[in-house]
Amino acid sequence: MFNFSYKTQRYLILFGFLTIPVLLSLTFSYYPAISLLYYSLTDWSGLGWDMNFIGLDNYKEIFTKPEVFGALKNNLYYFIGGLVQVALSLYFAVILTGKLRGRNGFRAMLFIPYVLHSVATVIMFKNLYHMEYGSLNVLLGSIGLESWQQSWLGNKHLVNFSLAFISMWKYMGLNMVIFIGALQSIPSDLYEAASIDGANGRQKFRFITLPSIRKVTELMLILTLTGALEAFDIPYVMLLGANDTSTFVIKTVDTAFKYQNFGLASAMAVILLIMVLVFIVIQRKLLFREER
Amino acid sequence: MKREESFSFTIFKYVTLAMALFVVFFPLYSVFIGAFKTQREYYQSGLRMPADLFNFENFSKVIEIGKLGLGFKNILIILVIAVAGNVLFGTMVAYAVGRFDFKLKKPIMGMYLIAQVIPMVTTQVATFSVIKSLHLYNTMGGPIILYLGADVLQIVIYLQFVNSIPKDLDESAMMEGASLFRIYRSIIFPLLGPATATLVILKTISIYNDFYTPYLYMPSQKLKVVSTAIYSFVGPNAAQLNVISAGILIIFIPTLLLFLFLQRYIFAGVTNGAVK
Repeated sequence: MFNFSYKTQRYLILFGFLTIPVLLSLTFSYYPAISLLYYSLTDWSGLGWDMNFIGLDNYKEIFTKPEVFGALKNNLYYFIGGLVQVALSLYFAVILTGKLRGRNGFRAMLFIPYVLHSVATVIMFKNLYHMEYGSLNVLLGSIGLESWQQSWLGNKHLVNFSLAFISMWKYMGLNMVIFIGALQSIPSDLYEAASIDGANGRQKFRFITLPSIRKVTELMLILTLTGALEAFDIPYVMLLGANDTSTFVIKTVDTAFKYQNFGLASAMAVILLIMVLVFIVIQRKLLFREER
Repeated sequence: MKREESFSFTIFKYVTLAMALFVVFFPLYSVFIGAFKTQREYYQSGLRMPADLFNFENFSKVIEIGKLGLGFKNILIILVIAVAGNVLFGTMVAYAVGRFDFKLKKPIMGMYLIAQVIPMVTTQVATFSVIKSLHLYNTMGGPIILYLGADVLQIVIYLQFVNSIPKDLDESAMMEGASLFRIYRSIIFPLLGPATATLVILKTISIYNDFYTPYLYMPSQKLKVVSTAIYSFVGPNAAQLNVISAGILIIFIPTLLLFLFLQRYIFAGVTNGAVK
């Protein structure tokens, strides 16, 4: 390569440096997304390559069977948990951006759950929620709150909250650090000017802080929404989706790999994909409107 | 922020922080003490410290029966190959896209951006058939090739760095007759060092944490990684909460150490990624 002209080298570099990465992206992102659409119109079982084109039958089945969309109700818990978590992370970000002794230590400590192994975290909470020997009930018992003791994973009305809490526990610190990054990028003279004009703390938060982090907040809310739609690990590792904790993705995975119905599963995946894309488009549109 | 905040608000801040820290550390505390207890002790002693802090029996048990050694070995192999490839492809794409103008530049960037929007979990059903037809099912090749591709976050961060390297450096190297490949290798790649450090750590954590990919693509007993090993240990041994705690503790340690020593890079990556 060393004796070629720069023009030839340029072609060689572009070709040599981009071919493999582009091929990877096409093979593992685009091709699956497109073939998903095709499979969703077939009765493919996933075993072998026999498949018949059956039109929109899979979609009809999904829209006529209430239990498929019923699973989305369980995704809702993760969304609600996510909203609470975003609010909490904003609160702690604001506190830890202001003057406070030991704020770097607090930041690091609150961030720790995010770096901990995800499956091990879920199993840790499985132990914690254990009806008889779990630390949570033991703690409640030892401070005289026996009446608060619960079957955290057995109680149908509680189990999804218990699961959504794990996701809050894990991601609060991450969102907090992202908020801190956004808060620190607000120029400090803005606050100084406001102080000179006699603004109090609450006014400064309302008229300077909030507008400056609006974009990050929007992004985070949309990630909360899509993250809730895609919830899978926590309920799956904890209970394999049993006790009415199945989310939409668990239903999809089970349809494909447990019930060997790739065609139907593909249709469910397409629907999920469309829902996610719709939300992202809505968010982008909102952002553009604001910039104009 | 000149005006002194009221005393009660300061108290409120510390109280809420203390509550948050309690919520974060209580589960960790209970795993920690549980890991050193015997099974009977676990059931009887509640939240007290273990009788013997040097009781490592649970650890050796979970490593042996839970095949954690194998899990760590396999995930290490996958990590080294996948992260190395990731850095290589990420820097290559960033150099090509950041330094040259060509027709496909915009489409390629657009391609990465849109790919990011397609949620991986939804397309697995179809990805599964791709992996199968490449004969990578139930081999380490499956997860490796899925982790290998650079993602848009990586490219965006690398591009920021490439754009901040002055073009004069390239030009003066060219005056001395360096080839473009040499410029990439000896100038661009080394100067991307800090970004590489951040991305290597974040990628390592995310691959180490991943459950879905190894679970779907490597069901074989010999190909257990840490996530799938602990997952299959818990089912048949659900009663041994103490041994499970030891396993959790072992699995927590690697990323915790990474975080404690390389905090700066992790925070940099996380904030950078969101602001894009």
